[in-house]
Amino acid sequence: MRENARHGPETVERFLDSTLESVDNAEELAVGVAKRAGFEEEDLMRIAMAVRESMVNAVVHGNRYNANKKVRLAVVNNLERFTVRIADEGEGFEYQEVPDPLAPENLMRTSGRGLFLIRSFMDEFRIRRIEPGGTEVTLVKYVVSK
Amino acid sequence: MSVKLSTRQVGDVTVMDVAGRITLGEGSSTLRDALRGLVGKNQKKILLNLGEVSYIDSSGIGELVSGFTTVTNSGGNLKLLNLNKRVKDLLQITKLYTVFDVHEDEAGAIRSFV
Repeated sequence: MRENARHGPETVERFLDSTLESVDNAEELAVGVAKRAGFEEEDLMRIAMAVRESMVNAVVHGNRYNANKKVRLAVVNNLERFTVRIADEGEGFEYQEVPDPLAPENLMRTSGRGLFLIRSFMDEFRIRRIEPGGTEVTLVKYVVSK
Repeated sequence: MSVKLSTRQVGDVTVMDVAGRITLGEGSSTLRDALRGLVGKNQKKILLNLGEVSYIDSSGIGELVSGFTTVTNSGGNLKLLNLNKRVKDLLQITKLYTVFDVHEDEAGAIRSFV
């Protein structure tokens, strides 16, 4: 069970470098907002992992560690929904073409589980292309007060 | 804390105690190098003790799969020991839990190697 939300609405936005350090920073920042939103340990772990996987996708697969490209992070708690938006400046990809990591033929692949874990851990997941170039993912966890 | 590895020999089984985070970057590459090192030394029976692993991401899961494949292809066996709830849950939702030979008791795990 979650505790009542202890804090008011909160919005945090950052433009982050395309580095693995940014992945850690984004995770820490999002978990901080989630804690203040009242999420407990199990959900905090899920949020942390979903944000980490999304940031890795943005930094590694989207921006390809390009020092000239940034990752935009927005974390919003509006007391009903905890929302994380992560946008890269990469070339984008076809979401529908990502192989199912649970398919028997893919089970022993050493990569390709990130998006599946994000979907598994969040209540909502959306992905869209943004102009002039890039991909934005939106992760939502419902804030439920006792 | 990043990942910390230490190995010990119990009979002909090499036990690798893993602690910390197995995540993209240093954590997963350290584990990969260590497992390949053991295979390079012709170690065939490897028990990975994950009891002190605090965090594992999809990259870390990938390294477990990679290690399993590397050891198996060399004619050896890689087994897992002491999964905490977080790691166990991750392996279950990714349908990998039944791929690995998972043990909760070290002595039993050691005995299970043929």
